[in-house]
This record gives sequence, C-alpha cells and structure tokens, in this order.
Amino acid sequence: MKFGVIRFPGTCDDVDAQLAAQRVGDAELLWHRDRDLKGVDAVVVPGGFSYGDYLRAGAIARFAPVMEEVIEFAHAGGLVLGICNGFQILCEAGLLPGALLINDHLKFVFRQVNLDVVDPNTPFTRECPPTLSIPVKHTTGRYYSPTPVQVVLRYAPGNNPNGSQDDIAGVVNNAGNVFGLMPHPEHAVDLLTGSEDGLRIFESIRTAVGERVKVTL
Amino acid sequence: MRVRVLIRPKAGILDPQGQAVERALPALGFSGVENVHVGRLVELDVDDTAQLPSMCERLLTNPLIEDYEIVEGIASHS
Repeated sequence: MKFGVIRFPGTCDDVDAQLAAQRVGDAELLWHRDRDLKGVDAVVVPGGFSYGDYLRAGAIARFAPVMEEVIEFAHAGGLVLGICNGFQILCEAGLLPGALLINDHLKFVFRQVNLDVVDPNTPFTRECPPTLSIPVKHTTGRYYSPTPVQVVLRYAPGNNPNGSQDDIAGVVNNAGNVFGLMPHPEHAVDLLTGSEDGLRIFESIRTAVGERVKVTL
Repeated sequence: MRVRVLIRPKAGILDPQGQAVERALPALGFSGVENVHVGRLVELDVDDTAQLPSMCERLLTNPLIEDYEIVEGIASHS
C-alpha cells in the first residue's frame, strides 16, 4: 500500500512521517499546491507550522489546493490521519469536530505520554495494544468540543499535558475514516528513541487498507 | 472602508492568556482588575462590508471557539 504525506510550507514532521510510513508500506510526499493525491491509499497530514500557523493553527492550510483533494478523498471514505498540526488542520477543515486551543499552562510541552486506546475498533487502532507510549510536542494542543465526539485515545490518568477536555488525545469523525491526534506516532517507531508504539497506528492503517475498497477520485 | 474586527475567546472557554495577564497586573501594583481576556484584532480596508460576516465565519475566526465584533468607521492609517 502507499501512504501520501502532505507537505505545506512550514511542515516539519513530514520526513519522519514518511519514514514511519515506509516501515509498513510505501510513502511519498504530496506538495500543498498539487491537486493530485497520486493514487495513494491513505493520507497523512503531518505536524509542523503550516503557512506559519498565522491567524490560527491550521486556518490557512485548510484552503491549500491539496486539501480540496484530501477533503474529497475523506468524503469518499479514504483513510486520513492528522498528527498535531495535521489534527488542527483537519478540525479547521471541518473533517473532524472540535478545535485545539493553547495549552492551559501556556507553555510548549515536549514529553513522552501514556495513552489509553479507548476505541480499538477503528482503522487506526486495530493493531494497537490497550496503552501506547508516544511523545507530544506542542503549544496548541488543548482539545475542546462543545458537542460529544468519538474519542479514540485519551491521555492516561496524570498524563494530560495540555488541559484537554476529558483527557482527549485523539478523535475520529462519525464515519470513522478520519483520525486526528496530538501525540506523534511517527516519532515513536524505533526502540532506540524509547518506543515503537507509534508503528501500531501505521500498521493498523495498512491492515484496514487491505480490507477496504480503494478510493479513486 | 476601514474596519476593525475584534475577536475574543467564547465565554466559558478557559482563557489562560487572560488569566496570566490578570495575575500579572497586581505584581505591578494594579488592583481591582478581573475578567481579563486576550483576543485578536484584525484591521482591514474593505469595499463591501456586507462580506465581513462571511469573512469572519470562514477565515478570520473559528466560530466554535471565538466570538467576533465588527467595528466600522475606523480612521485609516494610510
């Protein structure tokens, strides 16, 4: 299978996301100005500071030409994974409910966190054990939604790094094919750096893609 | 026309920036200050002000977390 990893000006985790995806399949970078997903089976919107995050995190990136394709791909049932800034972009684009606010303590946070997989039946978590150890690194990661959402990951008790509502670390859309999370699975793919739990998410996507009808736009 | 859009965190959503400012003021000897909130200000020259609500809803603000107020008739800088 092939992952497509979006690169905006200001994206900084695209290469790590590509390398992580390449541990379970093929992966290529997709440029923000291209209206072409190049036939990929799943899309990763990685972390960073797209378009400088001017105005609000993700607010400008959601209008990028490639995002029109990603939105169409998602509406057609394609699997989309948004990590950190990618999560913010998917929320701004309306593909996921809620919004990310500045951390309650106002500081940049960079640490390993323990996560509870509260929904192991999504295309993104089916290969996951009940808990994951994955790093977070963000200033704008406090999840908020005024309406109920489908929670997939929660920060384990005592691990909430940002004041997120109900310890929410990751959510899916109602259809279950778009997943956003603040922790960085692409930075947890090798025991050399402390954990390879992030690979389980990429493996889950590979398994799910193998069972799904390919989305062609 | 010169227009100013005032953007505020929605009431009820935790505003740690406002809280930080509120806590800092007493350190400078200012007292009797409460309910401090920090938002954003967008100034723009616009021909058709009827477009402003749509601009605010679609880009300038995130209506889920922010309220906005449009102030018209601002003196232009240029």
